[in-house]
Amino acid sequence: MLSFTLQRIGKAVVVIIGVIILNFLLIKLAPGDPAAILAGEAGSGDPQYLENLRAQFGLDRPVPVQLWNYLSGVLTGDLGFSYRNQVPVLSLILERLPATLLLTGAAFAFSLATGVLFGVMAARYRGSALDSIITTLALVFYATPLFWIALMSVLLFSINLGWLPPFDMETIGAGYTGWRRALDIAHHLILPAVTLGLFYTAVYTRLTRASMLEVMGLDFVKTARAKGVPNKRIIRRHVLRNAVLPVFTFASMQAGQLVGGAILTETVFAWPGIGRLMFDALMQRDYPVLLGVFLVTAIVVVIVNFIADLLYRIVDPRIGIA
Amino acid sequence: MQNLKRFSQNYGAVLGLVILGLIIAMALAAPLLFPGNPWRTVAMPLLRPMENPDFLLGTDMLGRDIAAGIAHGAKVSLLIGVVSTLVAVLIGVSIGALAGFYGGRVDDLLMRFTEFFQIIPAFAMAVVLVAIFSPNIVSITLAIAVVSWPGVARLVRAEFLSLREREFVQAAIVIGQSGPRIIMTQVLPNAISPIIVTASLMVATAILTESALSFLGLGDRNMMSWGFMIGAARTMLREAWWMSFFPGLAILLAVLAINLIGEGINDLMNPHLRGRKK
Repeated sequence: MLSFTLQRIGKAVVVIIGVIILNFLLIKLAPGDPAAILAGEAGSGDPQYLENLRAQFGLDRPVPVQLWNYLSGVLTGDLGFSYRNQVPVLSLILERLPATLLLTGAAFAFSLATGVLFGVMAARYRGSALDSIITTLALVFYATPLFWIALMSVLLFSINLGWLPPFDMETIGAGYTGWRRALDIAHHLILPAVTLGLFYTAVYTRLTRASMLEVMGLDFVKTARAKGVPNKRIIRRHVLRNAVLPVFTFASMQAGQLVGGAILTETVFAWPGIGRLMFDALMQRDYPVLLGVFLVTAIVVVIVNFIADLLYRIVDPRIGIA
Repeated sequence: MQNLKRFSQNYGAVLGLVILGLIIAMALAAPLLFPGNPWRTVAMPLLRPMENPDFLLGTDMLGRDIAAGIAHGAKVSLLIGVVSTLVAVLIGVSIGALAGFYGGRVDDLLMRFTEFFQIIPAFAMAVVLVAIFSPNIVSITLAIAVVSWPGVARLVRAEFLSLREREFVQAAIVIGQSGPRIIMTQVLPNAISPIIVTASLMVATAILTESALSFLGLGDRNMMSWGFMIGAARTMLREAWWMSFFPGLAILLAVLAINLIGEGINDLMNPHLRGRKK
């Protein structure tokens, strides 16, 4: 287990360094002055600042030296300076990260729970009207753009019905504390988390249904049936436990992609996370922030995958430590 | 012929074909139905749908015809969807074929490379690529291709790994055919059906990604697109729901149609899966 863990940590580190090198290449390959990109186009008005940047990153030195400067800078936590916001990029991102983790975590839990539930229901009553409804809905939500679902649910639940708040993470100026505040945030969380999760609900529903049907055709299920095990118990203990594993595998690989989807959701709901930060950086051409968010997103994904890998071995001990 | 018949019995796939056919017809007929530039102001701003029979889907805050935007936007979505998928398939097949056929160290190296691209969050990377290389139709197409090839590469590699051991490939090696020739004439033709299935589903994902990029303002400024229309309508949601509703419906229908067709092809090409749905 230890050597496996170490090996996985090594792999994760390689990926993170790879992303940093990719960022560096993007700065170098982009049309225009790399210093202007490092400063963000908004900041290009200040020649003194650009001169400082050139010196700091040694932009007049050979490329490998530049790469080394950039790499060692990033690895010591220097993601650059946001000229626009007048703060270091890292502190800007760290301040916003918890909101994104809350949103994506909630969306992930929602999509996995509902996806498995609907998938089991569809497989259990295969061929019935319920099955048709579930599979059709899954097909539709699988094809719906995330940001459009978000806008349409704001239209329905916030503007027309007035049930849920359309913007922000908590009621501004309400000054809630403790449980009252947690409830307020939860209330604001419902729409963003559900609209972000719906696409994945559709994915997991389809996956669970297919996997359940596959397992239901296996011999040990027939044996259980022949022994007279009640149907409910067969579904729950015999089929589901085996069918849910591929769903978990896929979910753990997909968990990271939720962070990408969060860019869209946070833009629609003005959710104060790194996705919204990325959108603002796009609007202001604040490239250091843009690249910083990309790097942090990749790191989060690598960490999530790492944890999922370890958990998976606990869930399914049959998997060898390879 | 029998395949055609079987395909026509799959109602979902036929429905998909009909919808996609209508969308393609709309894209082709856009210059005739809505002559002139879709960015042009043609009527009073914020006409509601049905309010004026000439502008059935209403107009936006600058008096642009929503229906004209949707018709002209179809071209961009379909074009980027298809071209970026072709590029992604080209990259994916090349890397997957080399890795699967030669194996060993080449395989190791190429698969590490593929894994790397699979781990980093696809959409965030597409955003960064398009933003840095300034948004235009080429950079958008390439960015989508760059984030979507790894799936193809893994699939092709797996196919090649198993096909490589088959007798007809071994025979080709024995009679002295060169590696590239075996790949092109022996192995690839036998791996083509899963590639087609994946590619058809990838077009749908590519259209979704393109719409998401242009929703964020990363679309080609000279071309009307569905995602852009929704992005522009975002702040007008309270006043004019139709501005974002209809373009979104267009995306939904296009993606749904392509997914249905893709699944139809899949059923057709994997006979052993047939009947599992019923």
